Amino acid sequence: MAAQPHSWATKAGIGWGALVFWLFMATLPLIGFVWDDPSFDYWMFMGQSMLIYAIAVLGLNLLTGFNGQISLGHGAFFALGAYIAAILMNDAGWPYWATLPAAAVVCFGAGFLFGFPALKLEGHYLALATFSLAIAVPQLLKHKAITHWTGGVSGLVLEKPDPPFGVPLSPDQFLYYFCLGVAALLFWAAFNLLRGRTGLGLMAIRDHAMAAATMGIDTALYKTIAFGISALFTGVAGALSAITVAYVAPDSFTLQLSVYFLVGLVVGGLSSLPGCIIGGVFLVLVQNTAQSISNWAKGTFALAYDVPPWAIYGVVLLLLMYLLPTGVAGGITRLRVWVARRLAPPVPRASEPAVIQRQTTEAD
Amino acid sequence: MAAILEVEKLSAYYGHIRALYEVDFSIEEGGVTALLGANGAGKTTTLRAICNMVRRTGTTRLAGQDITRRSTEDIVRMRVAHVPEGRGTFTGLTVEENLKLAFHTRRDRAAANRDLDLVFDLFPRLAERLRQQAGTLSGGEQQMLAIGRALMLGPRLMLLDEPSFGLAPLVVQEIFSILRRINEREKVSMLIVEQNAAMALDLADHVYLLETGRVVTSGPSSLVQNDAALRRAYLGY
Amino acid sequence: MEFFIQQIAAGLTSGAIYACVALGLVMIFVSTDHINFAQGEMAMFSTYLAWALIQAGIPYWVAFGLTIVFSFFGGLLIQRVILKPLETAPVLSLVVCFIALLSIFNAIAGMVWSYTVKQFPSPFPAGSMIAGGLVSQHQIGVVAVTMIMLGILTVFFRYTTLGLAMRAAAQNPASARLMGVRVSWMLALGWGLAASIGAVAGMLVAPIVFLDPGMMAGILIYGFAAALVGGIGNPGGAVAGGFIVGVLENLVGTYLIGNELKLTLALILVVCVLTLKPAGLFGRVTVKRV
Repeated sequence: MAAQPHSWATKAGIGWGALVFWLFMATLPLIGFVWDDPSFDYWMFMGQSMLIYAIAVLGLNLLTGFNGQISLGHGAFFALGAYIAAILMNDAGWPYWATLPAAAVVCFGAGFLFGFPALKLEGHYLALATFSLAIAVPQLLKHKAITHWTGGVSGLVLEKPDPPFGVPLSPDQFLYYFCLGVAALLFWAAFNLLRGRTGLGLMAIRDHAMAAATMGIDTALYKTIAFGISALFTGVAGALSAITVAYVAPDSFTLQLSVYFLVGLVVGGLSSLPGCIIGGVFLVLVQNTAQSISNWAKGTFALAYDVPPWAIYGVVLLLLMYLLPTGVAGGITRLRVWVARRLAPPVPRASEPAVIQRQTTEAD
Repeated sequence: MAAILEVEKLSAYYGHIRALYEVDFSIEEGGVTALLGANGAGKTTTLRAICNMVRRTGTTRLAGQDITRRSTEDIVRMRVAHVPEGRGTFTGLTVEENLKLAFHTRRDRAAANRDLDLVFDLFPRLAERLRQQAGTLSGGEQQMLAIGRALMLGPRLMLLDEPSFGLAPLVVQEIFSILRRINEREKVSMLIVEQNAAMALDLADHVYLLETGRVVTSGPSSLVQNDAALRRAYLGY
Repeated sequence: MEFFIQQIAAGLTSGAIYACVALGLVMIFVSTDHINFAQGEMAMFSTYLAWALIQAGIPYWVAFGLTIVFSFFGGLLIQRVILKPLETAPVLSLVVCFIALLSIFNAIAGMVWSYTVKQFPSPFPAGSMIAGGLVSQHQIGVVAVTMIMLGILTVFFRYTTLGLAMRAAAQNPASARLMGVRVSWMLALGWGLAASIGAVAGMLVAPIVFLDPGMMAGILIYGFAAALVGGIGNPGGAVAGGFIVGVLENLVGTYLIGNELKLTLALILVVCVLTLKPAGLFGRVTVKRV
């Protein structure tokens, strides 16, 4: 996939769309003050989940979309971040907000380390290695040697944090703002990273690693750092999830989770920052409407069984690969290009080159 | 003097970009035709278009039969052998396997084995390296292997894309003399795309000059060889 | 000492399973140059089909044969219908596709046959043959079937023209077309064969680990490890790799780290082989010019 010059890379700021979006997101919890419904807290929770997934997908996107390294194992970093947060809060009594930097550092380290063997792997093989990682993680988490910390199969139950003293928000509203703040910070960091030399280096490596190397880019360094940063982002999302869900258990972090992130990435669009948000929204939507989709499918196709969500994800993935491989964000970009082409003035025809017409008849 | 290949109004596209503009030409049966021109003129594209490897419009006829809509594999099975740019070697297979792959499409085993003997006769170096992995051969040897593979298809028409590319002059001479042998003794018609105009003009009877996707001139090779102005303008010497 | 030999024997027998799975993976790789992440789930699905046939009263070997045929055409169809349109797509699209197939097969199996564990019959007589009850008849049967399949595949790929055409189509589709090979059909054939091999693997595994939708996930990773250790382009290597991995797993599990970290061991194996010796023990390194 060739790198398209992103319009935001050349602009000075982040663009109006992004600004509007974040402001809009910031105003959503305020609805709670006028709408007094018990389900509002659940909507806040959905908002938190959406932001968490968006961050996780952003992490994956940095590695796969912008740097071309395929990972089927990001659930592992998510799990690592979640457990770090849970253990620090549970065992060491850390305040919830302090667990984020800790998770960030540990996950960066883990990702960076995994990046070394990953240097030698490409395409299918890297996918295979990360696939193995994803499958190994739940079993590893259940191992007896660390049950003391991890709570083994039953996991750890945590306490949901209260808003700081004096803030007139419900716990869910507050957590929403917390997630929003972290998300905004991380997206801003990613934006800056990608806009600068590092970002160009990452994308150059994705498009043609050998050419990038001949241009003086230290591909090994960039690729391992990309892994580290990517793991950092997804790890922080994991930590956030431990805080908001207030529970971690090994079976929440199976291969399925890594597949979810992949789905979010592909739906939203590779190498697209807004795509990560779209991916997050999609994941939360499907999770919540899985039952209704299943009923609809059962009715429409006259099935005898309930359609499990995993089948839906699989079908969505396939359809996207055929119809919209660049995801929703890519689709929107293509639409804009198509419209622009229609509206643009016609390109003047290049004049015919001077042609020497000397058709001689064969005398052989 | 029947035409083995006739191409009418051939246009070819890479995505939205047009590479050929309604090119017309034909190749006589038993003859050698050269397609010359500078880089980017559309020579390789022409060969690819004949084999339907790129999106194209226009008509292609092989010995009178319309092959415009046929797939690449089918055209090859009609005994058109294309020696592609870059040789197209199966680097993971041995030399022997590269050659014997043709047995998959040849029905007449006896004829195929005769062709194998011919290949070893023309290229003794390949016979020496039968069990060697093809990716480890030198450029010249890989070119010989590519021509050998083409011969194994028992072709009546050979399309060669820059057979001299990246090869030392002595090796080029050797290969071109072998091509002459193939054309004269085995009666294989040839269409050669070349940047090395001098060697191609020596071998070919007829020449087409391409520039930015259009035929700008055509004629017997002797005429082009003797026209200094033309040579300087389009061939650089 | 006897305990040690027991462990080796146990390793060899589980190794036979890994070898069988690895064969299917190698099949796909050799014929399409891809790594099929859905191989395990396809095998599991085929095994459920066999189970359904047997439940319907069809005798074992007939069901076995029918399942192999169904799987062959199923694999062929998957390649023609689902993968062919993505022939020129980038690697990530293909990987996503395989993951999608994995999800769909797993979900449908769970949906149609539920997640309760089922028993699957073995065609081999119960009881053990080797002295001391080390190895059951079934396990010997597994080894035998695996070796037979290996033999057939090796002969096919190395000595037949069709096998050569398939390898050529996988390695260099463009050049293969220029040699008259119908590349699309070669790929489809490869998938059909791989699906059949997978079905056999599933039907051999199920009597041991019992039939449920999650049956193949862990085994698949070991299959990958085996294929990599042996050299992913090499059927003989895959089988050897399977036995090596099986023995290793047992020895490490018994003497070193205990049996709960099997998947982690597989992961470490996969990563180590991929980074240190990607061609595996018996594979050939292919020279690729820039």
